[in-house]
Amino acid sequence: MATISPATTDPVASSLIRFRAPPLLHQIPKLARYQLREYLRSRRFYAMAGIIVFLGTVLTAVTGYYRGPLVTDPVTFYGTDWGGAASFLVVLVAVLFGGDAIAGEFQNKTGYFLMGLPVRRSTVYLGKFLAAYAAAAAMMGLFLGILLANGIFYFGSRAAPWQLGLSALLAFVYLGAVLGATFMFSSLFKTSAYGFVLTALLFLIGFTLLQDYISAIAHAQPWMVISYASGTISSVFDPTVNWGLNGSWTLMRGDIDKNVVVKIYTVAGVAEGILIMLGYLLVTSLVGLSLFEREDFS
Amino acid sequence: MTVPSIETRGLTRKFGSFTALDHLDLKVEGGKCVGFLGPNGSGKTTTLKLLTAMIYPTEGECYINDIPCHTDRTAALAGAGVLIESPEIYPSLTPNEALEMVEDVRGIPRDEWKGRIETVLAEVRMSDWADKKVGKFSKGMKQRVNIAAALVHDPPVVLLDEPSTGLDPRGMSEVRAILRALKQTHRLIFMSSHLLSEVTEVCDEVALLDHGKLRFYDTLPNVVSRFGKDQGSVDVTFDHPVDPAAVRRISGIPSDVTDITPLGTSQVRIKFSGPSASKKLLLRILVDADLGVVGFVESESALEEIYLSQISRGE
Repeated sequence: MATISPATTDPVASSLIRFRAPPLLHQIPKLARYQLREYLRSRRFYAMAGIIVFLGTVLTAVTGYYRGPLVTDPVTFYGTDWGGAASFLVVLVAVLFGGDAIAGEFQNKTGYFLMGLPVRRSTVYLGKFLAAYAAAAAMMGLFLGILLANGIFYFGSRAAPWQLGLSALLAFVYLGAVLGATFMFSSLFKTSAYGFVLTALLFLIGFTLLQDYISAIAHAQPWMVISYASGTISSVFDPTVNWGLNGSWTLMRGDIDKNVVVKIYTVAGVAEGILIMLGYLLVTSLVGLSLFEREDFS
Repeated sequence: MTVPSIETRGLTRKFGSFTALDHLDLKVEGGKCVGFLGPNGSGKTTTLKLLTAMIYPTEGECYINDIPCHTDRTAALAGAGVLIESPEIYPSLTPNEALEMVEDVRGIPRDEWKGRIETVLAEVRMSDWADKKVGKFSKGMKQRVNIAAALVHDPPVVLLDEPSTGLDPRGMSEVRAILRALKQTHRLIFMSSHLLSEVTEVCDEVALLDHGKLRFYDTLPNVVSRFGKDQGSVDVTFDHPVDPAAVRRISGIPSDVTDITPLGTSQVRIKFSGPSASKKLLLRILVDADLGVVGFVESESALEEIYLSQISRGE
């Protein structure tokens, strides 16, 4: 037999007074915490950690076996191992933790549980974003940790160059931008797979192609393309890096089967790159939030 | 005293050219249980989703406890417990953790969490599973946890979308017991259901929706007398097997009894025409005949017949 607690004299008033939903800024970290716990218990978290440990192990083995120019100085070492891999890893972890963040709420019907609570949709969106960012950042931190362990082995504990710190900072800004876009695409669809595929294709292939076309054909600085900005993650290890708001152009010529091939490499200035990435984060977050606010749970 | 209430004013929702809900005007207030009936696609779930701001109206407004649902969602839902579309809970959470999350987000003081969770999990008979992961639960078990989540903060308004979905007969019976207990606590329970027996058993009032339009909203006896075409029907249970023909032969059985059919060896359904006074007379005669009457309840078929007649009218 059910034993519901006895009636209060004025259930509406007492409930509304006692259990007024906490303000937005209190609810966001609460939801983020529960969402992060879900990530930390998920298979994907440990699968991704496994992949990163594997990659780190391969890098360690290759570096240890060949040594040579890779370990001549810390800047070259980190510029190659971190600068070369961080952009790719950012996309990987962002897609993995953000690809289904919103679409999955519709697809798996978990959204009906959350939306039965007195929370604003923006609270859910931002809480999930923070959790996904924390989980993805943990993966990047793991990779960085493996590289630092290598660096300490080769160069000693004081040999982490400032360029690594700046590059890591840029990578974490880039992570925010990619996650922003991932959440936006995830809000656009009610099927998780679309968000995963679209973000991965766009960030791994699409933006790079766009960057090349704009610079090679239009001879314009591709400031609107995020891969142009993410190039700063590795360019900060270059002594000739441009720190300002103007990017740099590098014209490279080569021969393939007696045909002359010209390739233009463009990289944003560091300040310019940060602005572009923050711009992407802001715009995609606003668009994603707006999509989620309007989306019907039907 | 503030009474729990829900209200819709001209509430309309269109999906493309399809009108799922057509200018619904409905005000329900006070501690009671209201059954929200209608065939598939009639707009029941749409109404509940509009009340919880899971979808947006094309026109009109809706309120929970006089708070507008769409412009002040958090305040409106603070006073409501919601179960819509048999939601899924994050699979890695245990019922304890899922309910903690609900309490945390709802702003319930932390020192009340444990006691409330224990009580509500006991009510839905999930105490033994409190620390097991939800991902491994059956649909029925998940539904119980969902019901617990809707009740854990003692809401004055409870919105339930087919709460018995996925439950076995025992589970359905337990849900009815929970609903009956909730009714004693001055709460407004507004639940959609396909189970007319469930509605007959636990609801005080019924609202029927068809093609997005409200056909009627009234108390169960009023609905039966208004739409029952002077037809009444009661299910009578005896403490021993009976022959329907023997019941028919009882002296003084009113002439407006039109049919007596067996429902089991010791239960019959008696249909009669005429006013509800016939029912009282019938009960007195059966008791006086000393046949061992142990049950005399309004037949769910009465509501079923009204339901079917009103739905077909709509077509």
